[in-house]
Amino acid sequence: MKDTPDRAVPLISLRAVTKTYGKGSAAFQALKGVDLDIPQGQFIAIMGPSGSGKSTALNILGCLDGPTTGSYQFRDIQVEELTRNQRALLRRHYLGFVFQGFNLLSRTSAQENVELPLLYRGAETKVRHAAAREALAQVGLTGWEHHTPGELSGGQQQRVAIARAIVTRPLVLLADEPTGNLDSQRGHEIMDLLVALNRDQGITIIMVTHEPEMAAYAGRVVKFVDGLVDSDVHAIEQKGDR
Amino acid sequence: MTQMLLNALLLALRAIRRNLMRSFLTVLGVVIGVAAVITMVTLGNGATRMVADQISSLGSNLLILRPGQQLGPGRDSAGAPSFKLADVEAVQTQVPSLRAVAPVVGSKVTLVAGNQNWQSQVNGTNNAYFTAGNWQIAAGRQFEEDEESAGKAVCIIGATTKKQLFGNTSPIGNEIRVKNFTCQVIGLLQAKGQGAMGQDQDDIVLMPILTAQRRLTGSTDVSTLMLSMRDGIASDPVMEQIRKLMRERRKLSENMDDNFSVMDTKQIAEALSGTIRTMTGLLGAVAAVSLLVGGIGIMNIMLVSVTERTREIGVRLAIGALEHEVLLQFLIEAVVLSALGGLVGIVLALVVCLGLTALMHMPFLFSPGINLLAFVFSGAIGIVFGYMPARRAASLDPIVALRFE
Repeated sequence: MKDTPDRAVPLISLRAVTKTYGKGSAAFQALKGVDLDIPQGQFIAIMGPSGSGKSTALNILGCLDGPTTGSYQFRDIQVEELTRNQRALLRRHYLGFVFQGFNLLSRTSAQENVELPLLYRGAETKVRHAAAREALAQVGLTGWEHHTPGELSGGQQQRVAIARAIVTRPLVLLADEPTGNLDSQRGHEIMDLLVALNRDQGITIIMVTHEPEMAAYAGRVVKFVDGLVDSDVHAIEQKGDR
Repeated sequence: MTQMLLNALLLALRAIRRNLMRSFLTVLGVVIGVAAVITMVTLGNGATRMVADQISSLGSNLLILRPGQQLGPGRDSAGAPSFKLADVEAVQTQVPSLRAVAPVVGSKVTLVAGNQNWQSQVNGTNNAYFTAGNWQIAAGRQFEEDEESAGKAVCIIGATTKKQLFGNTSPIGNEIRVKNFTCQVIGLLQAKGQGAMGQDQDDIVLMPILTAQRRLTGSTDVSTLMLSMRDGIASDPVMEQIRKLMRERRKLSENMDDNFSVMDTKQIAEALSGTIRTMTGLLGAVAAVSLLVGGIGIMNIMLVSVTERTREIGVRLAIGALEHEVLLQFLIEAVVLSALGGLVGIVLALVVCLGLTALMHMPFLFSPGINLLAFVFSGAIGIVFGYMPARRAASLDPIVALRFE
């Protein structure tokens, strides 16, 4: 990316973040005080059993939800102070999302699906078309621009979803079980693509997964247990081995 | 702002295109509502114009004197004394504001000419009939004085009667068998077309009144008097004058009701037009209700659509769509849908109106006002009924929406 990675000032910084759902006796504390720093350019996998709070953490990291207490600093922005619309603008300008279920618009061409985030940015038609074609080329789908999701395989659909996430050149790509709906070979292809994006474009990637073999692609694995960070393993030496 | 609206429009159009069939069914209610409103109003305007045209073709400043009281409950012409030729003469001589007084007596009779036969209205009258009824002679001539006074067997026929009995050949000089006597055709009337009540005014045979009385009805009664006023004369005093004259001639005392009636065709026309306008308004209101129902249909489908597209809305919100952008998209979707429905409805109404007016021989009066109003109204329906579903879409929590199954 344009910004030079600066290890001293992390891109993302969570401090004592808690998240409580419900109220009174029905209250459930999903996060119980999470501290997490993510420098720019890192590929981080978040793992943990279900109910460990990893999805909640991803929602907060992706600014889809605010923390109940604690602070979340994204660059120089205090995310916990933002309103719903301000968080939406932050997502629009800095974040890209990839979901387990792809979540493409049905009966809509790959090209138009990829253009969607640019429409909300108010990009001109020409710019939109060019950027969407380029993003699709990056995920290896040149020639598939006019196919609808129904005409694409699961792996191809996830590639379209990745193209949609990177078409705005985001700082951070958040992936929620991106290989969960794919067979193992397609899964590995998607992981290779994410690794390439991380390596070649310096996009910070935060991925939630429960498959250790997919987590192994990441340079850092954070394990959540019971709403807390249980382990945080940097595996930089593994990067590029596969 | 413009850019944002354009984007919302583009997003809405893409969403509509994705589900063309359902979009079409959604707006069907609005299409039918708009078409119904426009059709009702257009046909109503046409009917009003038609009645006005026909009344004026009936003759200008025309009064009609008939036996019995037509107006009011429990009264009818049965039992009321008929007029005689002496009444006709009295009106003619004592009411100076009238330029023509035509007595009319007649019945529906089967006519035979050669091997053709046809049923027509046969009226006994005099030359004043042409002035009072605004008739022109297309060929031949009017009645001669001696034909009228002697009750000779001569007749003047209308265009329809001529066509049925003589086809394309000239009827002048030919003979028609009317009931049990033969009469000679001396004239042909200029065609007039349909009457105010939809009857064919050209399906007619005229003969001197004495001829009709002697050979057709067998009495000296005159059933109706057609009275044409001079130009620029108010009808009310003339009507009052005729009423006084007739009461006097019939020796009606102060406390007795009229046993005859005088009607002004202009007043009849106005009353008739008023009735048609009221009917048009009522039918238009019923049609407007169907437009409202169409709007509720749009709201229903938009709500279903919001539920069905919950994950899509989640994606849009996650990608960074603002609440009001999602709101605007769904609102515009509803407005575009209903406005498209309005446009289709206008086209449909145009086709239906053209067909129906041709079928009913009515003038087609295109009213830009009602078309514009219906279109604007259909768009407004989109806003009103699209707001609630749009609001619901915009207020979804992206996390919940993305997990929605």
